[in-house]
Amino acid sequence: MTPVLDVHDVTVAYHRKPVLWDVDFTLDEPCLAGIIGPNGSGKSTLLKAVLGLVPLASGRVTAFGEPVARVRKRIGYVPQRNSVDWDFPVHVADVVLMGTYGRLGWFQRPGRAERQWAAECLERVGLTHLADRQIGQLSGGQQQRTFLARALAQRSDLYFMDEPMAGVDAATERVIFTVLKELRDAGRTVVVVHHDLRTVEDYFDRVVLLNTRLVASGPTATTFTAENLQRTYGGRLAILEKAGQAIREQRGPGR
Amino acid sequence: MIAYNTLVVLAGVGLLGAAAGLVGTFATLRRRALVGDALAHAALPGLCVAFLLIGERWLPGLLLGALVSGLVGVGVIAFLRRFTRIKEDAAIGIVLSVFFGLGIVLVTWIQKTSTTGSKAGLDSYILGKTAGIVLADVQLIGLVAAAILALVLLFYKEAKLLVFDPDFARVQGWPVGWLDFLLMGLLAVVVVIGLPAVGVVLMAALLILPGSTARFWSDRFGVILTLATLFGAATGLVGASLSAATDTLPAGPIIVLVGTALFVASALFAPRRGVVARWLDDRRFRRELREGAVP
Repeated sequence: MTPVLDVHDVTVAYHRKPVLWDVDFTLDEPCLAGIIGPNGSGKSTLLKAVLGLVPLASGRVTAFGEPVARVRKRIGYVPQRNSVDWDFPVHVADVVLMGTYGRLGWFQRPGRAERQWAAECLERVGLTHLADRQIGQLSGGQQQRTFLARALAQRSDLYFMDEPMAGVDAATERVIFTVLKELRDAGRTVVVVHHDLRTVEDYFDRVVLLNTRLVASGPTATTFTAENLQRTYGGRLAILEKAGQAIREQRGPGR
Repeated sequence: MIAYNTLVVLAGVGLLGAAAGLVGTFATLRRRALVGDALAHAALPGLCVAFLLIGERWLPGLLLGALVSGLVGVGVIAFLRRFTRIKEDAAIGIVLSVFFGLGIVLVTWIQKTSTTGSKAGLDSYILGKTAGIVLADVQLIGLVAAAILALVLLFYKEAKLLVFDPDFARVQGWPVGWLDFLLMGLLAVVVVIGLPAVGVVLMAALLILPGSTARFWSDRFGVILTLATLFGAATGLVGASLSAATDTLPAGPIIVLVGTALFVASALFAPRRGVVARWLDDRRFRRELREGAVP
């Protein structure tokens, strides 16, 4: 079977300074995958490199056995929340509708079918009552859900999400996780940049541990270990301690 | 009864205002409003060089020269930003003033030396003059403006996505670089055809004011674009009429003053989003708080 995502020897550099070095991992089957690493470890850059938003210095990326540029209709994206201007004069429903643009093609305007579908996606993230709000009037969590609904509207097989749970309320985090599980159960793959070590084992089947270089990747149970975390967060004692504590909390005493 | 000539001039300037308002709103939302300003100022030397080459005031030729040097100016900005440590605002400032200075030198020189120069009235391109334009010129301006309006309508969905979230557009597979290029191209053309009426100094106002005014009246993308188009047309029409009526005042400043009046009135008195409405709403809210009406 062709792997869902194959990242091969990817290096990304800004002005000769590498921010990602020789990163290599494969997702063979549909799954929820977390990209984990400290600040500045290149998590977001990895996502952008895979999506073709930043140029690769070397390496290659394939999705479903093809270059990403050839399978764009099968790829969905939730960017970081601060990547757009929330004062922009659009309403929530408009933003979700943008998810359908990719399949519409040139000059085709979204019609009744697209609106209906966008409304369903909005329903799934629980924002139907806010469809007619200007996006700046939403809370951070609601903005994040709007982006998630837009990604759902893309009807993709492979999703990339950049810190969707950063700075959101507990209700939003639950909604997002529920949607992630639904996607996985429907045979889709979701790759999530994630920062909260405490929830990694609950959320993800596979993890990619990153610190400029790839530290480890594989099934969460065997990869998300104290040793690997130490190698990922090495030297940063405070974070390391938190990580260790998180693992102890997760696994409970006596393990 | 208005003379046929005046009607045509008004139609041309109205279409110009509409096109500038529409394209300018896209450019402002894409944070390229100042690029329009640099384009306009950088167009002046090209206009003069074209006049020297052609030897007479033939508008299509002059505007082509203006377009070329305007685009060269934008190219220099892009070059400075990409290959030096100079930031975009500084790069725009450098290009704008250097090209404009060169243009002023050329205009002055042409007016002094060339025999046909004084008749060419190249100085009218600095502040704009609708009275000096002949019928054929206005037809050209109107046609180009109408073509621009049609193009923006055609690419409406793509342009909306581009200005709101270019990275998302790229992930969906839209050629963001080319769409940006198209937007910049339309901006350049609008600026250049606006030069005879509005002039290089104040052209940017016709790009920025209508969209900024419209923002006070709505937060819907389509409504704002429609309003900006209408405000732009109205600004052009009223300004050009006033300028034509007085005959001594340059059109550019008058048009900009009309646009500013519309902007200030909207900023102050627009329902809900205007300064006064917000102030009243704030006061009412505080009173309700005091009286315990708000839980």
